[in-house]
Amino acid sequence: MMNAFTGNMFEIFKREFRAYFASPVAYVFLVFYLMLIGFLTFFVSRFYEANQADLKYFFFWFPWVNLLLVPAATMRLWTEERRTGTLELLMTLPVTLPQALVGKFLAAWLFMMIGVLLTLPVVFTTIYLGSPDAGAVIGGYAGAILLSGAYVAVGTLTSAMTRNQVISFVIAFVICLFLALAGWPPVMEIVNKWAPGWLVNGIASLSVMPHFESLQRGVIDVRDVIYYVSVMALALFGAHLVLENRKSS
Amino acid sequence: MLEVRQLRKNYGSFEAVKGISFTVKQGEILGFLGPNGAGKSTTMRMVTGFLPPTSGTALIGGHDIVETPIPAKALIGYLPENAPVYPEMTVAGFLDFVAGVRGYCGAERARRVDSAVECCRLGAVRHQMVETLSKGYKQRVCFAQAVLHDPSLLVMDEPTDGLDPNQKHLVRDMIKTMAAEKAIIISTHILEEVEAVCTRAMIINEGRIVAEGTPVELKARHPSGRLDEVFRSLTQGTAEKTTKR
Ligand SMILES: Nc1ncnc2c1ncn2[C@@H]1O[C@H](COP(=O)(O)OP(=O)(O)O)[C@@H](O)[C@H]1O
Ligand SMILES: [Mg+2]
Repeated sequence: MMNAFTGNMFEIFKREFRAYFASPVAYVFLVFYLMLIGFLTFFVSRFYEANQADLKYFFFWFPWVNLLLVPAATMRLWTEERRTGTLELLMTLPVTLPQALVGKFLAAWLFMMIGVLLTLPVVFTTIYLGSPDAGAVIGGYAGAILLSGAYVAVGTLTSAMTRNQVISFVIAFVICLFLALAGWPPVMEIVNKWAPGWLVNGIASLSVMPHFESLQRGVIDVRDVIYYVSVMALALFGAHLVLENRKSS
Repeated sequence: MLEVRQLRKNYGSFEAVKGISFTVKQGEILGFLGPNGAGKSTTMRMVTGFLPPTSGTALIGGHDIVETPIPAKALIGYLPENAPVYPEMTVAGFLDFVAGVRGYCGAERARRVDSAVECCRLGAVRHQMVETLSKGYKQRVCFAQAVLHDPSLLVMDEPTDGLDPNQKHLVRDMIKTMAAEKAIIISTHILEEVEAVCTRAMIINEGRIVAEGTPVELKARHPSGRLDEVFRSLTQGTAEKTTKR
């Protein structure tokens, strides 16, 4: 059987994951996610006119769509526990804070993964039209999933910081926007004009973008994976600190 | 069963609980009596491990709630103030979740949920969403969650608050039927409740215990022999503070 840590974590995970589907909002959310990715790929990037079955235009949009939708998917996680008082119930059950944190994080991440994987028909279309590189497809999806995991962890942190969902959304959005823009080539070029190179590179190394792009090339580099896992660990650790301190005030 | 040692809690510079010590044995129902803002909820939150004490601790069946919270929490059933329950879950789904976290699985898990449903008379709303329930039912769902694992220590914060007289009666009956094999603490500001269910009572005022004894002993403290007079004389002049959390 499972050990005590994963056992209770799994109970929290299951409850949280089911909570998403307790209302039709989850389905609307997923359909919206899919439509937004589809719209941006086909109409804004003019995927077909590019006349090459290249998924670059498709994967390009994930960091930006997730930027908008991940904070919305995570804003409920801890704010609702506080607002409704169930936090008191949860924290007096024989559950540790790390179990609760990881359980909730994984539930939100799995929910976002469903959104990401629902876009697979776009890939099938491309396979039908041409022959995209399998490595690039797998790498692109791995990148999109890891990227959403990093955003979900940030959203978990911000939802622990406040009892207001809107505030959680806005702060998560700003942090994720920074993580995306800091290493995005168009922004880096502008910053390069006045900032010293080491500073630009230092800030860019915090960004999700270079890691996302390198995964898209179809090579799953351990360093990219380590980067994403570190962002997740750091954000969850921050959430742990915030929730520990909340108790005393 | 429960030994509380010098519990203190400061919120910033405000001392909400100023060194409270007491013990509760199996078979006892201890009433926490006090005006609003006396520090009843804060004390219960420290005993159940929700709030870390500024100093002091509580031992539950020998387990220190600060040092070893998990085994201590396993022995506690807690009904927080306002009976919070996840609104988007069904009654059975919620109790099943709690049973899972309490470490039950398989047939035993289902049996625990069934017996909690039966004991709290929730059969009629078993598959109903919590958010659609009346206050009385919600209170009982949270109560069911607290007794599901047959805890040795049951802590209830104003369990009858906001209920109609019939529902109050029902909750008190449930408490009394469970009393023999548990140690129970209930907080209240309803004096009749103390006489109705408690074997012992403590009057708390401004974070301190100002009187303690059986309801009969407490009543003897005032010439009129009435609990409300005793309560008034001990807690009068206390400015009620309205800030919360
Ligand atoms: N989180 C908090 N922050 C600051 N003050 C608080 C907090 N919680 C309670 N208090 C204050 O502590 C005192 C005791 O509150 P509480 O334990 O809820 O009293 P009771 O349950 O007896 O009505 C009150 O004056 C209340 O305003
Ligand atoms: Mg209270």
